[in-house]
Amino acid sequence: MKKYNTPLIDDLEKGPWPSFVTEMKKAAKNNEMANDALGHLEKCYSTKVGYWKHGGIVGVLGYGGGVIGRYSELGGEFPGVAHFHTVRLNQPSGFFYTSKALKEICDIWDKYGSGLTNMHGSTGDIVLLGTKTDALEAIFAEYSSRGWDLGGSGSALRTPSCCIGPARCEWANYDTLDLTYALTQEFQDELHRPTFSYKFKIKASGCACDCVASIARADMSIIGTWKGDIKIDQAEVKNYAKTMDINAEIVNMCPTQCMSYDGKELKINNAECNRCMHCITRMTKALKPSGERGATICIGSKAPIVVGSLLSWVIVPFIKVEPPYTELKDLIRKIWEWWDDNAKPRERIGEVIEMKGMRSFLEAIGVQPQPQQIKEPRKDPFMFYTDEDIAAYKAKEAEEKKTGKYKF
Amino acid sequence: MALPQRKTDIGPPHYKQFLPPVIQKNYGKWKYHEVLTPGTMVHVAESGDKLWTVRVASPRLLSTETIREQCDIAEKYCDGHLRYTTRNNVEFLVSDEKKLESLKKELKDRGFKMGGIGPHITNVVHTQGWVHCHGACTDASGLVKAMMDELYDYFETKKLPNKVRLAVACCVNMCGAVHCSDIAVVAVHTKVPTIVHEKFKNMCELPTVIGSCPTRAISPDPAQKSVKINAEKCMYCGNCFTVCPPINIKDPERDGVAIVVGGKINSLRTNPKFSKLVIPYISNEPPRWPKVVAAIKHIVEVYAKNAKKHERIGEWIERIGWERFFSLTGIDFTFQSIDDFTFMRDTMRTSATFKW
Repeated sequence: MKKYNTPLIDDLEKGPWPSFVTEMKKAAKNNEMANDALGHLEKCYSTKVGYWKHGGIVGVLGYGGGVIGRYSELGGEFPGVAHFHTVRLNQPSGFFYTSKALKEICDIWDKYGSGLTNMHGSTGDIVLLGTKTDALEAIFAEYSSRGWDLGGSGSALRTPSCCIGPARCEWANYDTLDLTYALTQEFQDELHRPTFSYKFKIKASGCACDCVASIARADMSIIGTWKGDIKIDQAEVKNYAKTMDINAEIVNMCPTQCMSYDGKELKINNAECNRCMHCITRMTKALKPSGERGATICIGSKAPIVVGSLLSWVIVPFIKVEPPYTELKDLIRKIWEWWDDNAKPRERIGEVIEMKGMRSFLEAIGVQPQPQQIKEPRKDPFMFYTDEDIAAYKAKEAEEKKTGKYKF
Repeated sequence: MALPQRKTDIGPPHYKQFLPPVIQKNYGKWKYHEVLTPGTMVHVAESGDKLWTVRVASPRLLSTETIREQCDIAEKYCDGHLRYTTRNNVEFLVSDEKKLESLKKELKDRGFKMGGIGPHITNVVHTQGWVHCHGACTDASGLVKAMMDELYDYFETKKLPNKVRLAVACCVNMCGAVHCSDIAVVAVHTKVPTIVHEKFKNMCELPTVIGSCPTRAISPDPAQKSVKINAEKCMYCGNCFTVCPPINIKDPERDGVAIVVGGKINSLRTNPKFSKLVIPYISNEPPRWPKVVAAIKHIVEVYAKNAKKHERIGEWIERIGWERFFSLTGIDFTFQSIDDFTFMRDTMRTSATFKW
């Protein structure tokens, strides 16, 4: 195997933080592809420019995604990376593994690929970095026969992903792992065979801490919440008071100012709480949500391309999230149908809603306007009235004349 | 050897088979957790059962050799159970307290780094960079390594007012979703792309290329069977290059990075926020990007000195005002920090109340 001189990236083996260069070198010891990837990267560092070409269309029979084609412009100089395709494997909910399962993944990858991985990619998949076109069918047969399927890529449902949820968190308001598994299974066709206008990401967080960043990174953000009171254990509040200035750190930082503490007892005016999670996360032994649990559905977030980043918008303030998740699955299908009818190629759902208007979207998916959906009402007077709207307002006035009471 | 029979549309394996018995038993019945050290926490169930977690840093780019080493450690101390976090750390899950200290000792002896839980800096969400992406205008893994070497104390020991979430995106596509991070580096092109016209008609689709431009800078060039780019409108986002390879936007001397601050994704205290541009341009300086690293460390230090406990960077800045952020950090305020894309009307100040 050719030995590359790599002084620039060698420098990144120094220092306390674990080094990706060391990882590449470990893989390169007995893998030609990883070895050439090292030399290739050193070249990028010396010229300050990348040499990867745009992805080509590669994949496995019957699927339209899951493999991202990658070729180098420098295939002659670095033949091991002439083809260097990515394989995405759909991760298990919550990123839990047994060593047996992980070692099996590694064995197959060493046999057919570069031995380099990302645990995990930005969307959540196990990312296997670097293999050749003629190995793809074998890789798929080996993994799928052992229970591992490919993840999503291209204009398709992308691999859904979730926070650790009830597996190891006291704050989960619904079973994020089970929902993610159920939705992934339900929509296998949409995940493997790209038929959408563009990508569609679903992320499930158990509470407003949003550990999978669903509000910023998912076309559909499913964020756990509750409707009941926060239960207070006053004995635990006393314990916290020994190490914490409860007024400064909790009461005064409450965004709705719905709490008070007189040095003895903590009180919460639950009707005014907006469930931001600050007090609960800081006093987890003392404060617990109670009552009905479910999720808020927000739609539309994405990174800047094409016309600016979006955070997801509240669409359904509260929905029950319980197996078999029929209501949620139906909602997803309605959202996709409207998107499909209205989007141009490469338009995310959030962009289409901006173009066509929130009203069109809400009506299509059967959701009523509610003040929980907005930060503030519109500030311009340029609005649409349908004949039906005016007829309804007139009917209301006729009713008022009968009863003698205004109803605004 | 014959290949095994392939299966399609099976989806991921069911997560339940990978959960440690203590989690299966106490699933959904956790009572509270305590952070014991920046690298260790314990979750306590209503049943009284406990689960210890040891969190270890990862470069995200892992060799199978390292994954196997993690597996061997998990077999020795965790009955083979381990998991990864959404920020790419590794977590060893221990249900027997007696094994906790020996696990930590072995991790330390093997050179694994424990930390990142609580008001600290943990692993950096990032993109592929030169390691594996066609659109990269910098390397993400190298920037992360250089940043975290310098900020390492904040991972392992040093406390901050609250957590600081860092991210690196190697182009404005932002696969790493840097747009809502406390501090993020986003690599930027700064020059109008050039077009290899003779390749255009075979490799690109005219409407897609025109539609890819956020500022409508691209129009047809019928004479060349290609397109032309209006230099006064182009903001170098590179989206045209993404859909059309003969449009070249890479420029080793002009590509660089910008720094954005003040974003967050949770709803604690204040709503999720986008990160905002404070440093418009720093040259690409591999392998260690010293000026970028120094800028980030400086912002972290000014935040650590001035913010109230529990305030994230964005919350601290909103309390003191952006004009004060610029004066406290000494960062030059430039035209690039004033929005001239689509958000100017929402981001300019509309009152005469501000600080000197």
